[in-house]
Amino acid sequence: MTERYGAPVGDGRPSRGQAVIHPSPSQWLDVAAAARADGFDQLVDLTAVDYLTYGADRSLPEGVQPERFEVVASLMSHARLERLRMRVQVSADDPALPTLFDLWPGSESLEREVYDMFGIAFEGHPDLSRILMPEDWPGNPLRKDYDSGRIPVQFKAASNVR
Amino acid sequence: MTLQTAMSTTGVAPSGADRVSRREPSAVLRMSEAEAAEIGGDPDDPGDDELVLLNMGPSHPSTHGVLRLMLELSGETVLRSKPVIGYLHTGMEKTGENLTYLQGGTNVTRMDYASPLFNELAFSLATERLLGIEVPERATWIRMLMCELNRVSSHLLFMATNGMDLGAVSMMIYGWREREEVLRFFEKVTGLRMNHNYIRPGGVAADLPADWRTDVARLIELIEPRLEEYDTLLTGQPIWRERLQGVGVISVAEALALGATGPILRGAGMAWDLRRDEPYLFYDQVDFDVIVGTHGDCYDRYAIRLNEIRESLRIVAQIIEAMPSGDYRVQDKKVTPPPRSRIDASMEALIHHFKIFTEGFKVPPGEAYAAVESPRGELGVYLVSDGTSVPYRVHVRAPSFINLQTLPHLMQNGLIADGVAIISSVDPIMGEVDR
Repeated sequence: MTERYGAPVGDGRPSRGQAVIHPSPSQWLDVAAAARADGFDQLVDLTAVDYLTYGADRSLPEGVQPERFEVVASLMSHARLERLRMRVQVSADDPALPTLFDLWPGSESLEREVYDMFGIAFEGHPDLSRILMPEDWPGNPLRKDYDSGRIPVQFKAASNVR
Repeated sequence: MTLQTAMSTTGVAPSGADRVSRREPSAVLRMSEAEAAEIGGDPDDPGDDELVLLNMGPSHPSTHGVLRLMLELSGETVLRSKPVIGYLHTGMEKTGENLTYLQGGTNVTRMDYASPLFNELAFSLATERLLGIEVPERATWIRMLMCELNRVSSHLLFMATNGMDLGAVSMMIYGWREREEVLRFFEKVTGLRMNHNYIRPGGVAADLPADWRTDVARLIELIEPRLEEYDTLLTGQPIWRERLQGVGVISVAEALALGATGPILRGAGMAWDLRRDEPYLFYDQVDFDVIVGTHGDCYDRYAIRLNEIRESLRIVAQIIEAMPSGDYRVQDKKVTPPPRSRIDASMEALIHHFKIFTEGFKVPPGEAYAAVESPRGELGVYLVSDGTSVPYRVHVRAPSFINLQTLPHLMQNGLIADGVAIISSVDPIMGEVDR
């Protein structure tokens, strides 16, 4: 099994040849710091996927324990014209990860969006609050058990007068 | 890290600090709306040394839609600020999980409504990467033609709104006027002025009209001299320079740290353009320059966009010469519906057509990311497929959403009036920010 920055390298087939590494949650910050030191100077994107109802094979490399959530961070090295994707498994029982804010301050609103949409907490984040939904919104809309038709129906107690 | 240390050295240490909780030397006002509401209950007439919290927007002419800024002011100086977004949030990424790959284009095209074709392109490229198909050459050239014209129309819209925000109202009229000419061509090709759903997985929806070369040549002929007029009207004009030069300055290191791409990063002095540095479509076969600034101020961002219109027209002129004949969509029965004429003649073609538009086509499981250089920066689409005809997850890396993070840093220690120029120069499209 090949490794990069101490994290297993993903099989190219499911990722269509794009470079992917799978650090564990405890490695997350160290692997990110190693990548930052190695020239990945920009955090291009950070998002999450809820694999609750995923029907196909996850095709994770050996030794990576599949969990419900996966946080996906895309890095860019401008000097080498190289992209790298980091995919980390986050358990449903304790959905939390250390923040990447200290390495790339640009992760601030991206992590807030993941917190808002998936309920994954980022420890050490300077302002972990909802960003797109109202502050008092219940639930996390992009979770797979949050139905898209879940708008409360008004006046449902009214009897049918006809 | 460099950014934080830079911020803490330039950060202000205002008096009356105990009034506001969580005060740290930073450009970003990290405060919830509830906290702000509490402080906002204080009397309207603060003493000389007191700070004021002011909401700008969400409905303010200079906020380009529904952007709200919480500003912490000392007099007219902005100390810290926080963009409050989400007013246009309609859960488009969630909607995308319920639409087939063929319907997905109608969804993503509504995100960045000033440059809809780029959304469709990024979505189609990601889908095609998952499918492992190659689109025909003509389809790729058509995509390039349409996207470069869209960059022109999007930057013309920027010229118009940037002028309007700074009081150059004639520029607003001129910008909209020229943009309308481009949209008229889009309408002829796609049937719609905006939200085209023209670029689809496998190619484009329809071939170009027979006389497209004349139309496009006329567009170039029309717009190029108008750009000279803009130069006369704005570029060298002292008032325009006074309003923009030295306002909203950002360095390359800061822009990279904050994830900024597009004209903000190029304005700071870094020559970074995905069209040149990570060529997609046939950008490696055309000749164009990457426009770079030196100071990273509002003026550089204005000048970059103006000159990018020229570069795009240059690319368009080359596309007129290079356009090959051939198919405008891939002839893969799995992805492409049969031609209209076959449907009347063949029962199988009718069934095939029906199945593609009701069930859609299946995409093998996996995940892929595709990025394009939109007028606002890197526009990326991250797709996860579970082998069905509907994507399992659609994520859009919206450049405006991330570029908006630079706002508090650009605005810090500037005047509110400069804030208007700065919001305009970041050119956020709120449909894309909120998705």
